[in-house]
Amino acid sequence: MTLSSGMQHRSPDRVAVTGRILEGYPKEQRYTLAMLQDIQKEFQFIPRESMELIADYLELPLSKIYSLATFYKALSLRPKGKHVIKICDGTACHIRSSQMLANELYTLLKIRPGETTEDGQFSIEMVNCLGACAIAPVIVIDETFYGKVTPAKLQEIIAQYGDAFGQSDRSGGVAHE
Amino acid sequence: MSNPNQADIRMREAHLSEGTLRRDCRTVLVCCGPGCLANDSPAIAKALRSKIDEAGLDVKVHPLIKETGCQGLCEKGPMIRIVPDDIAYYKVSLNDVEAIVEKTLRSGEVIPKLLHISAKTGKPVLTLRENEFYTPQVKIALRHVGEIDPHQIDDYIDHGGYGALEKTVKEMTPDVVIEEVHRSGLRGRGGAGFPTGRKWKQCASYENSPKYVVCNGDEGDPGAFMDRSIMEGDPHSVIEGMIIGAYAVGANEGFIYIRDEYALAVETIRKAIEQARERGYLGRNILGSSFSFDLSIVRGGGAFVCGESTALMASIEGKVGEPRAKYIRSVEKGLWGQPTVLNNVETWANIPVILTQGGDQFRQIGTEKSTGTKVFSLVGKVKNTGLVEVPMGIRLRELIFDIGGGILGGRKFKAVQTGGPSGGCIPEELLDLPVDFDSLTEAGSMMGSGGMIVMDDRTCMVDVARYYVQFLADESCGKCVPCREGIRRMAEILEDICEGRGQESDLDLLLNIGETMAEAALCGLGKSAPNPVSTTIRYFREEYLAHIQERRCPAGVCRELTTFEIDGALCNGCGLCRRDCPTDAITGSTKQRHVIDQEKCIRCGNCVDSCKRNAVKVR
Ligand SMILES: Cc1cc2nc3c(=O)[nH]c(=O)nc-3n(C[C@H](O)[C@H](O)[C@H](O)COP(=O)(O)O)c2cc1C
Ligand code: SF4
Ligand code: SF4
Ligand code: FES
Ligand code: FES
Repeated sequence: MTLSSGMQHRSPDRVAVTGRILEGYPKEQRYTLAMLQDIQKEFQFIPRESMELIADYLELPLSKIYSLATFYKALSLRPKGKHVIKICDGTACHIRSSQMLANELYTLLKIRPGETTEDGQFSIEMVNCLGACAIAPVIVIDETFYGKVTPAKLQEIIAQYGDAFGQSDRSGGVAHE
Repeated sequence: MSNPNQADIRMREAHLSEGTLRRDCRTVLVCCGPGCLANDSPAIAKALRSKIDEAGLDVKVHPLIKETGCQGLCEKGPMIRIVPDDIAYYKVSLNDVEAIVEKTLRSGEVIPKLLHISAKTGKPVLTLRENEFYTPQVKIALRHVGEIDPHQIDDYIDHGGYGALEKTVKEMTPDVVIEEVHRSGLRGRGGAGFPTGRKWKQCASYENSPKYVVCNGDEGDPGAFMDRSIMEGDPHSVIEGMIIGAYAVGANEGFIYIRDEYALAVETIRKAIEQARERGYLGRNILGSSFSFDLSIVRGGGAFVCGESTALMASIEGKVGEPRAKYIRSVEKGLWGQPTVLNNVETWANIPVILTQGGDQFRQIGTEKSTGTKVFSLVGKVKNTGLVEVPMGIRLRELIFDIGGGILGGRKFKAVQTGGPSGGCIPEELLDLPVDFDSLTEAGSMMGSGGMIVMDDRTCMVDVARYYVQFLADESCGKCVPCREGIRRMAEILEDICEGRGQESDLDLLLNIGETMAEAALCGLGKSAPNPVSTTIRYFREEYLAHIQERRCPAGVCRELTTFEIDGALCNGCGLCRRDCPTDAITGSTKQRHVIDQEKCIRCGNCVDSCKRNAVKVR
């Protein structure tokens, strides 16, 4: 394992933050996924140094941690945008034209699902059912749900996030926090 | 409540007068389920609260506001209800708040424009029961969803909650509990319909400890949100069910595995667990007995296959969520190799009712082999989309046309998909099929967890098959070859058909691959993956052939195979289609026949949906 070579490039910040996250958990393998999710939330991706620290902490091979980080869709090895736009492509949304929303977002932001805008503001994901099929098609930005979205509505919604600061003030978002 | 047509129906005087007892006091229920949340319902709750406070001084009643889980008819959200008067308002907006407080709450006047209009009589109706969406429903698993405030354990207790647990630990031995569940005939609501009592009995028969109970809240089927609604709307019923289950099989620790996307469900359950601990329903020596049990939440990582029981257990253990072969069943060796009972959210939510009413009472509802009710999320191209709970054995037709109100936009019913990616598409000929585990399986589909997706003539069945197979191709864990390779080959073939490169031999090839997978794949994902393909070939072969032989998609969905035309005889030149066309492909002046420029048309289908006269046709 090339653990030691990896260590030379560790960012002290990430190491410190990861360390704090790990302290909150007992040294048991069952908490690996939860640790990784906390790390994902903190950095919007899983940095290599965090995986190394978990491996050390749990005395597991790094490859085990890596395989988890690549298996679960909630985790990503590459940084995501500040705002994550999830387009629901569950069945209900699919047959109510979710694909159109992806096309419209491409026109608006010039990125496709799986990509991040150059300024790091937005990334788009196509996801499975978000559990609000009755108001399909649905998108979720960060944790705020938008239902019955049309291409025209999408423009308005994105504009709220466009200036990049802070949260939208929709109460739907507040209730989800 | 005789004639809701008059706008000045007085509320029941009895409830108005004293109002000292809590249940005599009027309550406004504001739906804060997923659909209504997205329509600003918390803001409505807030506005109502402050308006009521403002008005409060000289009003006798002080309505309580409760934020509840999904009320069911999300399509018409945000929904609010006023109880005990039992008035249901739909599509409420912030602008209506003042009128609701001043008119309805203060002076007992009903606001007609917020009422539901009966599809049958064309008249407004006051109560939920009178709304044909609710009339045929029977609520067991959803008994409290939309009725109680999920964040208040007291509200649950006021509605009889934790009574079943009390009865269980104080009066019943574990064997008797299992016998009761067995007698109820309850079958698992997570998909396969395995008898719950039998599962518990097997697990109880092993001596090793520790044992575990697990709740499967992964709800991965696209188009399904029943479990989410239960976890968010009535978390304690799931918790109570699990405590009873643990008592019955002899487990002291349990886990609720919740899908990653369900942040609100995680929060609601987390709070509920804390409250249950404070009251002594969880923890050491529950209700003074010698039985101890505690629960923790595990948040899923966003992998569909983790809904499969063995993969889910691997995931709880902190491993990659790959299924294992089931030579040895989880009831014997499950989590960490110990005896484990794993049930679905809805299954657990049924348990307290069975213990309260008794198994014999429970099996009065439903059919002989599928007892009780089933919750469905009724979605897709149906008028009343939402969450419904119906007795097993109800006909599909009743579900879709009576409860669902029929097809959106007056279009034609084509198929209904049940069972998610493991299920199949059921055609019009089978609309009188009773909805129960065995009938659906016989039709080549399955009950699944309860997604029910209605499709109309604008849905292409080949595209639907391709959609599910693509979904599964992304979600297959890749551990076994038949699934990993089989699904991908099926996806390629279906893509070819949708894009006009299909051959007639493809149909046999698809069925062939499917048979192999059904036999040789390791877990349910791979075994049932061919269902969406085989059922669509079985019931909609012609549509496949149109794609293959005529290079035509009759539904106008597959872009490469679609040409839209405006029928000159029907077009009245209203211009609606022109307005909605994203590429300005439609020309024509008002009241003149409109034409589509095929060069510019991107085949989005907007014009088909916007034309009120059905003049846009698929060639
Ligand atoms: C690929 C796959 C995905 C599944 N997803 C779920 C799910 O999301 N929720 C669920 O309750 N059961 C799911 N199941 C079924 C479970 O394996 C298991 O049978 C069920 O949770 C048992 O609970 P029950 O007996 O109460 O239905 C899935 C099965 C397979 C093969
Ligand atoms: S059938 Fe598919 S999902 Fe199941 S174990 Fe095999 S590869 Fe994995
Ligand atoms: S299908 Fe879409 S692009 Fe083509 S004419 Fe109709 S609205 Fe315009
Ligand atoms: S399919 Fe989109 S929310 Fe369910
Ligand atoms: S979310 Fe309000 S009715 Fe379903």
